[in-house]
Amino acid sequence: MDSSQLIGITTFTYLFSSLLYVGILVFKAERQLGKAATFFTLAALVIQTVGIGLRWYESYEMGIGRAPLTNMYESVVFFAWTIVAFYLFLEWKFKTRVIGAFAVPFAFLAMAYASFSSVNKAITPLLPALQSNWLIAHVVTCFIGYAAFAVAAGLSIMYLVKDGAGDNIRPGSILATMPALKVIDDITYKSMIFGFIWLSAGIITGAIWANSAWGTYWSWDPKETWSLITWFVYAVTLHVRYTRGWSGKRIAWLSLLGFISVLFTYYGVNFLLSGLHSYGSN
Amino acid sequence: MKDNNPVWNFFASVKLALFTLSAISITAIIGTVIPQNQKFGFYAHQYGDTAAQLIRVLDLHDMYGSWWFLGLLGLLSANIIICSIDRFPIAWKQMNADQSALAIGKIEKMSLSQRFTPGRKTAAEDVEAFLKEDGWKVSSKTSGDGTVISGQKGAVSRMGVYIVHTSILVIFLGSMIGHFFGFKASVFLPETRVTDKVYAAGHRSAIDLGFELRCDFFTIDFYDNGMAKKYVSGLTVLENGQEKFTTEIAVNTPLKYKGMTFYQASYEGYKDFVFKLTDTADGTVQTFIAPFQQQVEWKEKDIVFGVVNAEAFRDHVTRIKVWFKEGEAKPVEFWLDDNGIQEIASTDGQPYTLQAKQMYATGLQVAKDPGVWVVYLGFFMMMAGLYFSFFMSHKRVWVVTGHGAEVLVAGSANKNKVGFEKIFGTLTDKLKNKLA
Repeated sequence: MDSSQLIGITTFTYLFSSLLYVGILVFKAERQLGKAATFFTLAALVIQTVGIGLRWYESYEMGIGRAPLTNMYESVVFFAWTIVAFYLFLEWKFKTRVIGAFAVPFAFLAMAYASFSSVNKAITPLLPALQSNWLIAHVVTCFIGYAAFAVAAGLSIMYLVKDGAGDNIRPGSILATMPALKVIDDITYKSMIFGFIWLSAGIITGAIWANSAWGTYWSWDPKETWSLITWFVYAVTLHVRYTRGWSGKRIAWLSLLGFISVLFTYYGVNFLLSGLHSYGSN
Repeated sequence: MKDNNPVWNFFASVKLALFTLSAISITAIIGTVIPQNQKFGFYAHQYGDTAAQLIRVLDLHDMYGSWWFLGLLGLLSANIIICSIDRFPIAWKQMNADQSALAIGKIEKMSLSQRFTPGRKTAAEDVEAFLKEDGWKVSSKTSGDGTVISGQKGAVSRMGVYIVHTSILVIFLGSMIGHFFGFKASVFLPETRVTDKVYAAGHRSAIDLGFELRCDFFTIDFYDNGMAKKYVSGLTVLENGQEKFTTEIAVNTPLKYKGMTFYQASYEGYKDFVFKLTDTADGTVQTFIAPFQQQVEWKEKDIVFGVVNAEAFRDHVTRIKVWFKEGEAKPVEFWLDDNGIQEIASTDGQPYTLQAKQMYATGLQVAKDPGVWVVYLGFFMMMAGLYFSFFMSHKRVWVVTGHGAEVLVAGSANKNKVGFEKIFGTLTDKLKNKLA
């Protein structure tokens, strides 16, 4: 059993639990499928945790010895992990499974991308600049933030779909099963706050690390600049609540805009722009 | 908080904040798409002459330092300052208000409340002591109507938002201090050489260190695939020609001295070699620099030697072919691994030890930033402020006695109301038991 086999098992199990959650939503089968959905998701998360840990161990076997967080493949796998962990936390706290259909598929898509795209899956050694404990702090905090923003985006899609139907919601339909707009809005907002705090920590740890490695905590590198742009988008979203006329619908759209910014910060910068952070382009 | 001054209202508005943040975000994108700090020729080549002129005029080639971008940051700062001044007094009042001065009529109307009949006469001091023991900050007030004993926790959470906003100003202040009182520079220092100057980023003017820095050695390890694995420089600091101390630096572990920090940033391999020869007969050691395929002499020992050939992987040498002749003896030739050691027999029976390696220059980034700790303070304040704002809540409880036969307990929290309900329930039960 090696780490890639465990990651593979995780990928398919996330697909299976995504289907269970969609089933809960479409067929209103919370009673029948609810516990199974949570069980399989949690089981897959545990297997994925072991898989990530195993990959860490395997790197030592190869004489390289580093945390599995440094290339595109590893970061996408970790991203999926944080999305599921954050989603399960929300499921436990708000006692509702309908969100699962909008969150767990993100995790599956991330894993599928990691497994089937042409990203390099080998454990490659680290440049001297990356050999630092700040790497773990910086990558982990950023990804917890990204995961919360991803789930918020999923919730915003759910909000806009339900809001779009307006008053034409047939009792007993899928849209009726979804929580009330106010509830979705509340959980979305809390997810964005959670993400904002972790992203702040992520930007800060990145700056402190940059200062200890290169002597400058901020150099307007595209990755740094885009992470700040993402931070601003969510800062704006947190402030619009204090302005009249900003309904839940506009905030849902801002949440989606924010997530597009997250995706560009995470992925677009590495592949479309050049700079310090082009580690991910292999 | 509406003032009658329209200018004040403008700067105190959230709408201005939304505009400024959006403007900064959108314009920041430009600098990630148009490469920054390139020469005019670069932009002319990429975008054509007219566009390049436009880029120059609008300072788009250095947009993060441009007058208009800094102006936007200045506008944001003014906005934060005035918003805070505008709203702070009320928040401060709310935080320090005497909760026990709240009218009993208002307490009776609170949604989270319970009444019970106590088993015995209730003394205000008992309730105060009970609340204090549970960690509440207590105050009480007696009037003709009855006695109100109030407890609160986490009032400071109301300051969270001001701490977060001030932290942004602190970070800006720190970066300005660093900009005006610090510098960024670099220097390539070859092994065995000394420098007392470094060269400023951008215009490359020389900056005096006020002391001397010598590179004693530079070693580099490679992974099997040729990628750099680890590189280390040995540095010695000299003051007025006297050696002060020696240390080693690597990427992520810089040298800090006299307010300046020296970072191991890069390196350059030369086509020269550093030789260390030891005569075991009398223990003398001498270091030489030998350019490729050029003869070097150790006059005192009547030795000539040099590098006649070398094997390299890209620009780093892996093996060195050395030629060595002592006096009139037959010369010897041998291959040596880079940084390897070879013993050479000598005419007097006591061998020489020869160590040879490729010569490198260590690439150092030098920074002086007196503002960095101000920026770090800002970072800490930001995280603390966010914690206060979003994870701490201002919890208040009131106990009213002497207003009728029953004791009234009420509570309120500005966050996590569900969690607070549980806390309130437990507290009321405990109080009931105490007064039973």
